Amino acid sequence: MNFLELLGYFNYWVFAIILTVGLYAVINKTNLIKKLIGLSIFQSAVFLMYITMDKVEGGTAPIIQKGVEDQIFSNPLPQVLILTAIVVGVSTLSLGLAMVVRISECYGTIEENEILDAD
Amino acid sequence: MTPETAILVAIGIPLLGALAIALAGRISPNLREAATAITSLSLIWVVWGLLPILMDGGRPSVEVSQVMPGLTIAFTVEPLGMLFAALASGLWLINSIYSVGYMRGNKEQNQTRFFACFALALSATIGVAFAGNLFTLFLFYELLTLSTYPLVAHKGDAATVRSARIYLGVLLSTSIGLFLPAIIWTYTVAGTGDFTTGGILAGKLNDPEIGLLLGLFVFGVGKAAVMPVHKWLPAAMVAPTPVSALLHAVAVVKAGVFTITKIIVYIFGIDFLFEASSSQWLLYAAAFTIITASLVALRQTNIKRLLAYSTIAQLSYVVMAAAILKPLAEVGAAIHMVAHAFGKITLFFAAGAIYIASKKTEIHQLRGIGRRMPWTMAAFTIGALSMIGVPPTGGFVSKWYILAGAFEANNLVAVFTIIASTVLNAAYFLPILYMVWFEREKEGGKEHGEAPFLAVLALCLTALLTLAFFLFNGPVIELESQVVQGLG
Amino acid sequence: MDLLAHLPALQVVVPMLSAPLIVLLQPRGLAWAGATAVAVLSFAIAVALSIAVLDGQTIEYAMGGWPAPYGIALSVDAFSALVLLVITGAAAAALLGAKPSIDQQIEVERHPLFYSAWLLVLSGLVGIVVSADAFNIFVFMEISSLASYILIAGGPDRRALPAVFKYLMMGTIGATFYLIGVGLIYMMTGTLNLADMEARIGDVTDINPILVAAGFITIGLALKAAVFPLHVWVPNAYTHAPHMVTVFLAACATKVALYVLIRFDYMVFQATLDAHEIQFAIFMMPLAILGILIASAVAMFEGHLKRLLASSSIAQIGYILLGVSFVSMAGLSASAMHIFNHALAKGGLFLAVACLAYQYRDLRLDQLGGASTRMPWTCAAFVVCGLSLIGVPGTAGFISKWMLINAALETGPWGWGLVAIILVSSLMAVVYIWRIVEALYFQAPVEGEAPLSEAPVQLLLITGLVAVLNIYFGLFPQVPLELANSAAALLLEGSR
Repeated sequence: MNFLELLGYFNYWVFAIILTVGLYAVINKTNLIKKLIGLSIFQSAVFLMYITMDKVEGGTAPIIQKGVEDQIFSNPLPQVLILTAIVVGVSTLSLGLAMVVRISECYGTIEENEILDAD
Repeated sequence: MTPETAILVAIGIPLLGALAIALAGRISPNLREAATAITSLSLIWVVWGLLPILMDGGRPSVEVSQVMPGLTIAFTVEPLGMLFAALASGLWLINSIYSVGYMRGNKEQNQTRFFACFALALSATIGVAFAGNLFTLFLFYELLTLSTYPLVAHKGDAATVRSARIYLGVLLSTSIGLFLPAIIWTYTVAGTGDFTTGGILAGKLNDPEIGLLLGLFVFGVGKAAVMPVHKWLPAAMVAPTPVSALLHAVAVVKAGVFTITKIIVYIFGIDFLFEASSSQWLLYAAAFTIITASLVALRQTNIKRLLAYSTIAQLSYVVMAAAILKPLAEVGAAIHMVAHAFGKITLFFAAGAIYIASKKTEIHQLRGIGRRMPWTMAAFTIGALSMIGVPPTGGFVSKWYILAGAFEANNLVAVFTIIASTVLNAAYFLPILYMVWFEREKEGGKEHGEAPFLAVLALCLTALLTLAFFLFNGPVIELESQVVQGLG
Repeated sequence: MDLLAHLPALQVVVPMLSAPLIVLLQPRGLAWAGATAVAVLSFAIAVALSIAVLDGQTIEYAMGGWPAPYGIALSVDAFSALVLLVITGAAAAALLGAKPSIDQQIEVERHPLFYSAWLLVLSGLVGIVVSADAFNIFVFMEISSLASYILIAGGPDRRALPAVFKYLMMGTIGATFYLIGVGLIYMMTGTLNLADMEARIGDVTDINPILVAAGFITIGLALKAAVFPLHVWVPNAYTHAPHMVTVFLAACATKVALYVLIRFDYMVFQATLDAHEIQFAIFMMPLAILGILIASAVAMFEGHLKRLLASSSIAQIGYILLGVSFVSMAGLSASAMHIFNHALAKGGLFLAVACLAYQYRDLRLDQLGGASTRMPWTCAAFVVCGLSLIGVPGTAGFISKWMLINAALETGPWGWGLVAIILVSSLMAVVYIWRIVEALYFQAPVEGEAPLSEAPVQLLLITGLVAVLNIYFGLFPQVPLELANSAAALLLEGSR
């Protein structure tokens, strides 16, 4: 595999890097907000992967126009899927933040180790 | 009532009885005792009603549910099981009479739980007796363990709970760890677990495996107390005496040896096993248990523990008799279950009566007690003589048959073991009898008389049965001879 | 089209649409009644579906009349019917008995929201099961997960919050892993329909992305299913959740993830990837065995009643996985059966725990003294369900253990070793169940406690019913057995 081919997978490299960065934050940070940020980064990586794979070279948005025949479209399905996944991701994030608020109310801290010590 | 429904009714009666006892216990103790009495009487009526059918060679059987293909809950009444069920149900009535006297005499706690669990245990016993295949037998075998656990742990203090833990631990772990694999193995090899005359394993297993499977069965059936899985029996002696008397001299332990006998006769088949050289070890294991348990019994100072070790030895008589693998010996095994049941329940009743009347539990405290409790100690004497095997007691009859079987098989190990253990039995019972009747009581002891009337009545009844079995054992032998008809 | 044909859709739609309606119900006390009615209706639908698929056929349903693979497809076969029965049964039973316990633990103002979240969990879980589309499974998974985070955190115990946070983190990572896997498969095959995937994977020339996808999906779902060693979120989440929520989730939540795992590995990958069954077995079997042994050992030394039972759940997941990893008819039907039977046993145990918790504030074992005299019925039900968990003959638990042992023996010479492991772990179960029984029956009551009485009749009746069912299905297991057998046949057929 030569250098250009590697570059051709540029988006997938970014996907992998973002994925690991997010996962690292989730596992390694003790601050709950930072954990959630990590989780969001982690999920964004997947969005990128889906969006990348639907791209057809030279394709445009899949809208049928009058008078234009044999137009090349990008695949619309992954975009729809990822729209759903983004909604799911936002709900997860907001629920997570709500939990952090409750934790902060109950424990007075959002540092994981301090919470563990409190019980 | 057809015989088929009678089987189900026999198992159902004590179950319903347990419920009735639990409910009646909330109203009044007398009502609860009445419920026990009615339950045991109706159980006797149903179970003994099956006897004539069996005598005529009938084998009523009923299938309840096919749990999985090949795995059914089914019941079949055959002579061994009939004998066991008749014995357990009959002695339950006497034991209930005794229990009322004992529990009230000692003002025990939680009497309702006690009587309800007792009824439950009886239901499990009848289930074991009538089981038509290995799976059903295993089901009720485990139910018996579980329903007797609260009885053993009855007192509820730390020491009792610890002993009850040993009881449950040994019985459950042997049954799950050894008995269940043996059953699975049998089903895998034979494709069935039905108790069939002549066995189901013939020609399907080869030599070293036969011995291994037999080992899984014998040690898996922990209730038979073949050493080294006997530890639970002395531990169970923390239970109130009626429990030790009916369950740990009759129902539970006999369920163990009954299971082993049934497996030898109906799963392996005695001819098949006789040919297999790898099954020989069972005889030696049983002989070893008889001698060792008798030696240990010699050193016991507590009455109930002595009786427990004596029971371990006597149980292995049955196992050894079954392991001789000759028709006469198999009959002897069945008869010994009855003879030992009568004798040992009498001994336990007596031990309990002594405890109610005087709170004495140790052997050295028994000096001269014969004068204070003549009826009780007379019964104790009859029981002890039956254990040794002296005529005119039931113990003589069964020993006779086992010896005859041993000679038929030319099995000198068995002959020697029986003689040696008779000597040992005499060595630990006769000194007690001498002490009871001929030594003087220590000065300053507590003044007491006989135990409550109900308790004494019960133990006199069983003592009479021990004597009567010497004379009137014909029907039993006739019934059990059916098991081995056309064999050997 | 008659009503029966629409049942797969109704199964999901009824609880999902009722969830927002519950919030609007006035007065607030009606929320419980409404939610319970919906859950019972769902159970009735599940029963009707089970009867329809009992002979091994599959009901296909195309949403809006768009045929698969273009439209969204639902499908119900024997395996899904069995899991549907477990989910809806658990939801309905828990709700029927729940009112006293929930009233005690959650303030009345929040009841409508709580019950609404409950129905969302229910609709999410059944949605996962009936869905024939990989992406919809993801969506339903997240619906049920998000709603269940709310349920778990809804109780008065503040320790539930960090527990839920951990669950949320791990659950989301699991779901995202699953999503990555689905994306990779879609990239290579261009379809999201499970049946279609199976048909098209064979045409894929470069198999590597599919292998990566299989890995992502397996790990992601294993996280959700609490497969050892990805189970760390379970003990705290189950321990600190409101008691009735524990009943519901412990009975079915992790099993649904396991269901998807089994579906994917058998229906999609087994036939299409070379030697997948061997890799699957080599990967899963050690995890299953370690899970069984280690989690049982942990349970043996655990001092808190709910945490002990949660540990035991992890071990039980191991049993299910063990049967699956045999890749045989016997193993699969044993696993399907154990999904059903363990739900009965563990659901019953947690119901009894809810009864105890109604009277006992502290559920550590050394605080439970005297329970048997104060709460005899609860303790009796606990013992029966405990015996079923151990696998004593005559109870439901025995059936699946027996099947599992038989399946293990079929695997060849290693079989006896597996049997030994199953039996040893059963004995460990005896130990940890008996520690509880001794605490309930023979421990002296803690000083200074007010005299206690039985749990409310409503709760007690349901607990007793489940205990009786444990015995009933131990003696007459024909119906779940038939479902489990045809489920196993379908799964293996899919892999051929």
